[in-house]
Amino acid sequence: MKRLLTLVLISCTFYVMGQHSAADSASNKKVPSVLLNDINGKSFNTSELGFTGPVVISFWATWCAPCKKELMAIHELYEDWQTETGVNLVAVSIDDEKTKRDVITYANGKGWDYTVLLDPNGDFKRSMGVNNVPHTFLLDKNGNIVYTHNNYAPGDEEILYQEIKKLSVE
Amino acid sequence: MRLEMKKFYTKKLKNFPLNKTVFSLIAGLGISTFWSQGNFTGNIESTFQYLNNDPIINALQPPTKGLVNSYMNVFYTHGGFKAGMRVESYLPRIQGYPNRFDGTGLGYRYVGYSNDKVDVTLGHFYEQFGNGLALRTYEDRALGYDNVLDGVRIIFKPFSGLQIKGVYGKQRLSFTEGRVVNSEGIVRALDGEFHVNETFKKRLATFPVDVILGASFVSKYQKDDDDALILPENVGAYGGRVKLQYKNFTLDGEYIQKEQDPSLDNAKIYNFGHAAVANFGYSKKGLGFSFSAKSVDNMSYRSDRNKELQDAFINFLPALNKTHTYNLVATLYPYATQPLGEVAYQADFIYTLKKGSKLGGKYGTTLGINASTTYRPIQHTSGINLSDSSRVTYETRLFDKSDSLYWRDINFSITRKLNKKLLLILSYFNITINNDVAKVSNDATGIISSHIGVVEASYKINAKHNVRMELQGMFVNKLPNGNINDKGNWATALIEYTVAPSYFISFINQYNYGNPDVDKRVNYPNITCGYIHESTRVMLSYGRQRAGLFCVGGVCRFVPANNGLTLSFTQSF
Repeated sequence: MKRLLTLVLISCTFYVMGQHSAADSASNKKVPSVLLNDINGKSFNTSELGFTGPVVISFWATWCAPCKKELMAIHELYEDWQTETGVNLVAVSIDDEKTKRDVITYANGKGWDYTVLLDPNGDFKRSMGVNNVPHTFLLDKNGNIVYTHNNYAPGDEEILYQEIKKLSVE
Repeated sequence: MRLEMKKFYTKKLKNFPLNKTVFSLIAGLGISTFWSQGNFTGNIESTFQYLNNDPIINALQPPTKGLVNSYMNVFYTHGGFKAGMRVESYLPRIQGYPNRFDGTGLGYRYVGYSNDKVDVTLGHFYEQFGNGLALRTYEDRALGYDNVLDGVRIIFKPFSGLQIKGVYGKQRLSFTEGRVVNSEGIVRALDGEFHVNETFKKRLATFPVDVILGASFVSKYQKDDDDALILPENVGAYGGRVKLQYKNFTLDGEYIQKEQDPSLDNAKIYNFGHAAVANFGYSKKGLGFSFSAKSVDNMSYRSDRNKELQDAFINFLPALNKTHTYNLVATLYPYATQPLGEVAYQADFIYTLKKGSKLGGKYGTTLGINASTTYRPIQHTSGINLSDSSRVTYETRLFDKSDSLYWRDINFSITRKLNKKLLLILSYFNITINNDVAKVSNDATGIISSHIGVVEASYKINAKHNVRMELQGMFVNKLPNGNINDKGNWATALIEYTVAPSYFISFINQYNYGNPDVDKRVNYPNITCGYIHESTRVMLSYGRQRAGLFCVGGVCRFVPANNGLTLSFTQSF
């Protein structure tokens, strides 16, 4: 028993040390692989979204007013953001079967140019550690998660854009 | 020779005082190298409440005064290997949770492996077949709902476009003294989904219609525990689904039939049950339209026939209406599906007027219209002999609706950005609910009909500061005899100040000014403030709170009625 305990303690220490050195070099946290469909029925693997530049993953729902405000605010700036930084936004709807059918209506009705993925049973939400929406993640071109934010208040989109610009400078 | 070597080493090692440490170090290094190469994700949530007595709103102080729920999820993936767990803790549970949740322990754990062809999970797993009409296991923590399956799941993808899932397990019913308690029955299920265009990519390259076909078979086993009746111990539910997409049009539907399943819900009748949904949609940039229909009869399907309310459901029957976000609309008269039977329709329309057009204004304007209705199905009893031994008590057909209304909701909204600083949203809702069937209040009789108007304005002071306010009024129609129905009229005011990206403070007051009982014309004031740093959130609120979907400072969640202080902490990693 004692040996087991020592083993656990030591492996934990090594793990923490390993994490520290990893954190020093750069965040090496990646997006887990989950298979999701977009609103047009096309299948996506979340760990290989297929974009070349930075990617914003934004968790939202049709019943979440602040989420919709965030995506509306970015929608107005999206064209400029894309030309300046090559960023792509993936809006992951966590609407379940009750409101899933409203997602395509809403996203198209709003004229969004985002890739809109459906996560009706919360598989991707769970694996990304999302507690509540809106929750936004920024990925660099290598797929590392470099910035997250679990809220939306007007003005947050500008702070997100500063983070995106940092990536395109690098 | 070998024996000698062994002796030598044993002897040598025994004399070496650090042998255990060295062993541990090597093993530790090995294990840690393994762990540190993989990917960890997860989250923490902890909610603490200190509650006061408030008899007017039926909020009672619990004997412990303080309540706390905590959760931590950890998920690990490395190559094809995956493992995960959740530790949960109720000391004791916060208000609104099932009363059998207590203690601290492991609520969820699994290991698994996946590659391009197979994905195997052993332990707990969440799963959904098609629309969930036959099988859906999920967690809704805000509601204290978790019907996760514990057993084995295999997902097999023999070739591109085809996916076959097999599951076998028992469902989580409760969490007592820090341990998961499963429901009695065993659930076995098989599902196949075939994306035709993906399999025949080359041959169908120019084919304009996208076709997805699917079929499910679910079976549950529970021992016959009835002395008087011979109950079916194995009960199946099965059906198929189709999804078609042509240019901007979509059409999809699913039909599930359930075998004879005498239960507490249906008063042990031997009727078959069914659930069907169909959905038609058209959308293009700036315009979206959808029409949906649903028919349900005798479709409560649980892994324990003696359970009721939200316990041990194998399937999921979503209500066919919009989930509203404004406080009064969302919390006072919400509607949930009647599993014993209903016929429902919904239409949803959204249109964005172009930026710079005469009507659209400089920044564009969005119009939304939504309507939904639900009726009781007709149960034909002619030709049915209730005294025979079949215990089949009626006949019904798909979409066979009566004139008896359960629910109706007609609503519209206009969203317009007037200038760079000011955003305005105007909404109107007309909600009618049959309180005798879908009970939402103990004070109401028959049909409750209400009109709700909401004005929301958001003003951006500068790049980081923003102020937002809402004014809401609810007007409940009087009963035919002239009496006020339910709790009468309500008004709500909200003001919220945010400083991006880190702070918010908000104040909300709901006032039940129209309550027929003068003593119950109560205010529900509540003040909330919060701090956010990346994926860390700390939120503190104090005041009275009604039950329902509550949105503040940028996040929405369901909360029960209470009076007191709530402190919550969430963190993702």
